[in-house]
Amino acid sequence: MAKKRELFLTFARISASCFGGGYAMLPFFQQELVEKKGWLTDEELLDLHAIAQCTPGVISVNTATFCGYRTQGVSGALAATAGLLTPPILIVLIISAFFWAYAEHPMIQHALAGVRACVCALIISSTVKLYKKAVLNLPTFLVFLTVFVLAALVGLSPALLVLGAAAVGLVYAAIRKEGKA
Amino acid sequence: MILLRLYWEFFVVGCFSMGGGMATVPFLFDLADRTGWFTTADLASMIAISEATPGPIGINMATYVGYASAGVPGGVIAPLGLVTPAVVIILLVSRLLNTLWKNSRVQDLFHVLRPASVGLIAAAAFSVCAVSLFTWDGGLTLHWPSIVLFGLLLAAMNLPKLNKIPSVVFIAIAAVVGMVFQMVD
Repeated sequence: MAKKRELFLTFARISASCFGGGYAMLPFFQQELVEKKGWLTDEELLDLHAIAQCTPGVISVNTATFCGYRTQGVSGALAATAGLLTPPILIVLIISAFFWAYAEHPMIQHALAGVRACVCALIISSTVKLYKKAVLNLPTFLVFLTVFVLAALVGLSPALLVLGAAAVGLVYAAIRKEGKA
Repeated sequence: MILLRLYWEFFVVGCFSMGGGMATVPFLFDLADRTGWFTTADLASMIAISEATPGPIGINMATYVGYASAGVPGGVIAPLGLVTPAVVIILLVSRLLNTLWKNSRVQDLFHVLRPASVGLIAAAAFSVCAVSLFTWDGGLTLHWPSIVLFGLLLAAMNLPKLNKIPSVVFIAIAAVVGMVFQMVD
């Protein structure tokens, strides 16, 4: 029981003190889980991040679930994940309540217009970073371009496009296997 | 009823969004379009607030969208829906994690899935810019103050010495600039 509480509290603390998610959380995980608690090794943490980049869902949730499972089984996995989720849900609910109450105020509207311009810059910067890691040659560029056009201009559903890409990926893997055999 | 629907919608997002917080954005645009629970302009503000709030971005976004759609219960249900698939998947495969990851077929599959995911995020980036920098209603209206601020911030974020600054700082600066220059026409 003590261990589960420790899992919950550790992940709650990391989650509450870390802005940005994804790669921004890696150093926090490294410090707490590898160096302080010894629950994971550096290699496991890096592998988890690599896997989490390409499995669906929130990267840090995968880390919390895996780490909790490793130390305390299924209930540990749930305790760690609950710890990770609790602070952001509480904080966001409190902010939302205020935000929607004052959203119509002219000053807030001006601030939000500025903030939206900043979001454009942020999302383009992170798209460029991800692009550099994922688009490595002509075939990957064609996948990128096809999905971009179908999503942005044709308006196909994102889930459908991911399924389509998965089908292409499976065919590609099968062809490569045959080529090697 | 809307709570069940919210849980399901975010469960689907959790199944298909790959590559972290920003990967949920294209799905949320799709959700705004289909349900009308919130507008795409709301979504642009929510992205900013999610970046500026501690915690994983995907969780923050789900909580904002859930709250905007169905109040406090929605704000709790939506992030739970989002994380369910990941928790189940990791629990199922955690024993095989290392062998699975080193399998060349799995690597080949992700070789194709990764650029697809970036294509989706780029389309979402395009939609966010479309909402924030210009309006299209028969004719094109450019929001010059927003475009100038956008250009300056994008340049600043990518300067070698400034790119370590956390995004919350840029968001705060942009909010102040918006208020000082009264950016809504």
